[in-house]
Amino acid sequence: MILAFQLAYRNLMGAGLRTWLNAAVLSFAFVVILFFNGLLDGWNQQAKRDNIEWEYGKGQLIHTDYDPFDPFSVQDGHGILPTSAKENLVPILIRQASVYPEGRMLSISLKGIEVPQEILGLPTDLLENSKADIPTIIGKRMATSANLKVNDELLLRWRDKNGTFDAKNVTIVGIFDSNVPTIDNGQFWIPIKKLWEMTGMEGHATMFISEADQPVDVPGWNFRSQEDLLRELSEIIEMKKASSSIMYILLLAIALLAIFDTQVLSIFRRQKEIGTYISLGMTRQQVVGLFTVEGGMYSIFAMVLGCAYGIPLLLYLSATGIGIPEASQNMGVSLADRIYPVYGIVLILGTIALVVISATIVSYLPARKIAKMDPVNAIKGKLQ
Amino acid sequence: MKSLLVIVFSLIIGGGGDFPDANEILKKVDENLMSKNRITESKMVIYGRRNSRTVTSKGYSEGDTKSFTEYLSPEREKGTKMLKLEDRLWIYSPSTDRTIQLSGHMLRQSVMGSDLSYEDMMEDRELTEIYNAKVIGEETIEDRKVWILELTAKVDDVSYESRKSWIDQERYVPLKEELYAKSGQLLKRITLSQVERLDGRWFPKKMNYKDMLKDGKGTDFIIEKIEFDADIPDYIFSKASLKK
Repeated sequence: MILAFQLAYRNLMGAGLRTWLNAAVLSFAFVVILFFNGLLDGWNQQAKRDNIEWEYGKGQLIHTDYDPFDPFSVQDGHGILPTSAKENLVPILIRQASVYPEGRMLSISLKGIEVPQEILGLPTDLLENSKADIPTIIGKRMATSANLKVNDELLLRWRDKNGTFDAKNVTIVGIFDSNVPTIDNGQFWIPIKKLWEMTGMEGHATMFISEADQPVDVPGWNFRSQEDLLRELSEIIEMKKASSSIMYILLLAIALLAIFDTQVLSIFRRQKEIGTYISLGMTRQQVVGLFTVEGGMYSIFAMVLGCAYGIPLLLYLSATGIGIPEASQNMGVSLADRIYPVYGIVLILGTIALVVISATIVSYLPARKIAKMDPVNAIKGKLQ
Repeated sequence: MKSLLVIVFSLIIGGGGDFPDANEILKKVDENLMSKNRITESKMVIYGRRNSRTVTSKGYSEGDTKSFTEYLSPEREKGTKMLKLEDRLWIYSPSTDRTIQLSGHMLRQSVMGSDLSYEDMMEDRELTEIYNAKVIGEETIEDRKVWILELTAKVDDVSYESRKSWIDQERYVPLKEELYAKSGQLLKRITLSQVERLDGRWFPKKMNYKDMLKDGKGTDFIIEKIEFDADIPDYIFSKASLKK
């Protein structure tokens, strides 16, 4: 076997430019696979971190009639939680309302949150310290879409528990910058006590954010753990991984095709050599092994070459991050303005295995022909 | 001395004016505006920021609780039908060939992009049933003397806590209405004009609904043809008629 590696190494080095061209194409595929998967893993980690910090906490206790994906359930999806179950929970009450910036009407979700709270990253201390009648904080996306800035006052119209309209001015006391659009787009956050007072819904909440890991079991309320809440996000990213894999599968296929072609050509041109090996006592399988190792070795060369330019490049990108266009950040999924790729050990070893195994397979396929060759004709150099 | 006390007392209680009873006024208004049933052909002019569009429709209504509307133009809305029975509302859209029942938040959406919400169209209780009315003064609107009525909610579940209504003193037709939020903020203004004598009653043929919190000219609702106490077959007010 050592002999096979020595011979393969010598043959490949002897082939010069052809070897390095094959290795270069394969190394490019190797680096691109690492980069893309690293980018998606980086997005996944960042999105999970942000969602926990801004939206999920350690879990959510949601009223059974409220479905976060159904805006029509906001109307009736709320209730009062028994005092005994309220420990380590921050209440949020959601109502529908309209705001009128610059004479336009915008439908919004008016969210009341307990102040002070420390579970979520929302700057609720601004609400607590404000002297405005109805202080509100909004996200940067809401601020941009409605053209609002801090200290702006605008008219808010809402309905109380009986459906009677009420309208008053609200004051923007803070604009927060979060990567999580689901707590930002079309939402105004105010102190929950103020919202209770405005709607006459004292003590009501649509959901609670949990500070503790353990599930809360209260009839009429569903507890969704942090893991459960993050599952949807992971599924989206897994789907994205599958769809973006098409690109690097194509790239890998081109590189493997190059190796396949090279192998076919070698076997055709080196028939005398094959005949000589067999006449010197090598079995056909040993010769097949020799040629397979030779093809597989392209992947080792590709690794070395890929490491030479890939490591500095990927390290640089993981340090500086990749800028994401602003339009993509409003897709409804947590997406930071810069994503920092993360290259895990599983990803690196997995990619190495993928490249080495696939290169070895495509080298073996043409080498099988050797087993059917007649050594006498081969040594004579007759075409077979 | 006794008679002087009576005069002072009556001035305090009566507020200094000799206005008629507000409920009597509202009753006369109802006599003008209400009918057993009616068939109307109307157009709605919705004024946008840059342009306006007109939606024409034919409507059938019976009392306060049943109504059926079919939109005739523009092409995009043609064939859309709306049925209201008591407090339920269904909409049929010909493009999807589906009938949906509107509820909750959907009722608060605007009708065809106008300043009217479906819920505004649903309000069918008599004003005297949900508001305490009182005459607070008189004024002149376009050379017509009007009573100003202030209506304050006497039940909890009303959309507007208070209203003001300007009623023509001779013809007993409202010429203007303002709807207020609990905080006293003016939310909507309805201006009624083109009052004509139709079938022995005075009736405003043009109404302008204006959401006072939004810019713009609001929405005009113009009645082109109206027939009171007509024969309307029962099947009109059934869900089956939506798909016909």
